Amino acid sequence: MMDPPVRLADVTFSFGEGDLRRPVLRDVTLDVGPGEIVLLTGPSGSGKTTLLTLIGALRAVQEGAATVLGVDLATANEAARVRLRRSIGFIFQSHNLLGFLTARQNVAMALELHPGLDERARLAHADSILAMVGLADRAGARPAKLSGGQRQRVAVARALAGSPGLILADEPTAALDRQTGQDVVHLLRDLARQRGVPILLVTHDPRILDIADRIVTLEDGRVIPA
Amino acid sequence: MTAEPVHLRLPVLSADPWWRAYGLAFRLAWRQLRAEPARLFSAIAGVLFACILVFMQLGFRTALFDSATALLSAMRAELFLMHPLTTASFRPEPLPRVRAWQPLGDPDVALAVPIYLAQTAWRNPVDGSRRVIQLIGLDTEAGAVEFTGLSSLTDALKQPDTMAFDERSRPEFGPVKAIFQDQGPFKVEVGNREATIVGTIQIGASFGADGNVVLSETNFRRYISSRPASTIDLVALRLRPGADLAAVQARLKAMLPADVLVLTHPELVRHERAYWENATPIGFIFAFGSLMGLVVGLVIVYQILFADIASHLSEYATLKAMGYSNAHLGRVVMSAAFILAGLGFVPGIVASYFLYGLTAKATFLPLFMTPSRALTVFVFIFAMCAVAGLLAIRKLRDANPADMF
Repeated sequence: MMDPPVRLADVTFSFGEGDLRRPVLRDVTLDVGPGEIVLLTGPSGSGKTTLLTLIGALRAVQEGAATVLGVDLATANEAARVRLRRSIGFIFQSHNLLGFLTARQNVAMALELHPGLDERARLAHADSILAMVGLADRAGARPAKLSGGQRQRVAVARALAGSPGLILADEPTAALDRQTGQDVVHLLRDLARQRGVPILLVTHDPRILDIADRIVTLEDGRVIPA
Repeated sequence: MTAEPVHLRLPVLSADPWWRAYGLAFRLAWRQLRAEPARLFSAIAGVLFACILVFMQLGFRTALFDSATALLSAMRAELFLMHPLTTASFRPEPLPRVRAWQPLGDPDVALAVPIYLAQTAWRNPVDGSRRVIQLIGLDTEAGAVEFTGLSSLTDALKQPDTMAFDERSRPEFGPVKAIFQDQGPFKVEVGNREATIVGTIQIGASFGADGNVVLSETNFRRYISSRPASTIDLVALRLRPGADLAAVQARLKAMLPADVLVLTHPELVRHERAYWENATPIGFIFAFGSLMGLVVGLVIVYQILFADIASHLSEYATLKAMGYSNAHLGRVVMSAAFILAGLGFVPGIVASYFLYGLTAKATFLPLFMTPSRALTVFVFIFAMCAVAGLLAIRKLRDANPADMF
């Protein structure tokens, strides 16, 4: 049997030093299986976001065992973590698109990290992914000319473009109205399902809980048994 | 349980040529700069400003040194005798006239031409104002100097109280050339004595002398009557064709007493130049001016690059989260710096080229663009932008993808 894409065992993480040391995660154990869609919920300050940044290789692991896409994060150095991030699709609360690039160029930015593709192949691939998120006719537009939902769909396309082994999303609907938010997460779910890509999604939004295979609740740095 | 990283699709960038990452970084930098034209133009203006300032400062520096040696550069003899205590030609230490004839004992010395240098008052023929002018007294027929226009005046200069005026003197001496062209030879007052201008020549104003006149030895003594006729200021020696310059110089050094230096023409010019470079603050002033231009340009470019990073921190952090390395984002910032350097340098060199022409007309200094100076400024400007880029790169550390969520 192969390893799941995400495997955390007894991960503990603290901010601060000495007397100010404040644990945010305590003994978190969590697996995300292949193709599984996991929603991470919990009150503010429960450590959801810190957990996401650890899995996304944006922070160094302090204690416990963490393996993401076959990379042991406890021993990975900065360069190894940077390489790992190229296999992870990130979707942020705000779209964080580069304002001076068109939608197509923004998506192609994810592909520039991958060797063996020339400019023409990158743009063709970006166009086909934009078509999948329903933005074929907006590929040449800058983010400023797109609606909030369209921008977040470009961000979804960018996260998927590099054929990631894992998608991490942080409150992707926070800046969107109800209908637009649902459209975006359903699109994300459908595209991830087609590709068998697992998703770990942090949300407060009860309206999107229906996309989850499993819901994990975090409270005070600990996973609450369902 | 076995660990099989089947999901692992880590790209190996080394499969691509090394310049690929540089090309992509450069393109991203250019797209970012282009997106904000106002910011781009203020950055280019900053580089342009620094570029013009450095060009002008270096141009003035060279022009002033060149002009300071204009008189001696126009000398055409192979060897020169000068008093060891002479620091600059406008302030010569006299040497005994007899030293001029001693070298003629050497079989390879064909001709010795004594030269008299002194400064005296010139009265502007139009408004009567007085100004100090350089007198150059010598036998103009001997061919020791090569001032443009002098050869046709040698006969006229043999007449009493005649002189040839340097038309590249500063305009404060009066419109001598225009008057001469209008009415031919005319009278002026030099050193409280009447003189006739019989023609114009070209030498050039310098630090030591705002203007020059050339006259015969005999006429020189009429105007500078206070000094003994037995002292001269410089001796030009012409050698026989085919003579070995170094050998003659060595023989003369051995023959002559220690109260004269025996210099070749380049050595004479270098001696004069060394005075202006070392004994005056001129070299320092222009080096300081150039440095200030570079500092101002550096600050402007740094500000622009810094602002570009600061206003796009979340985008830079997103790129890091996507797997772009710090080194790659650093290449983007350095590319932006070099683009600004290039975009500022090109109009800078063109503007400086025209400013040289304008300034040369206004100051009568020999200002012109040279390839070596263009290269020097190019290197300075790129180094300036590189330093600004390296300083701005530190701001990239604030783009922390862990703070993005």
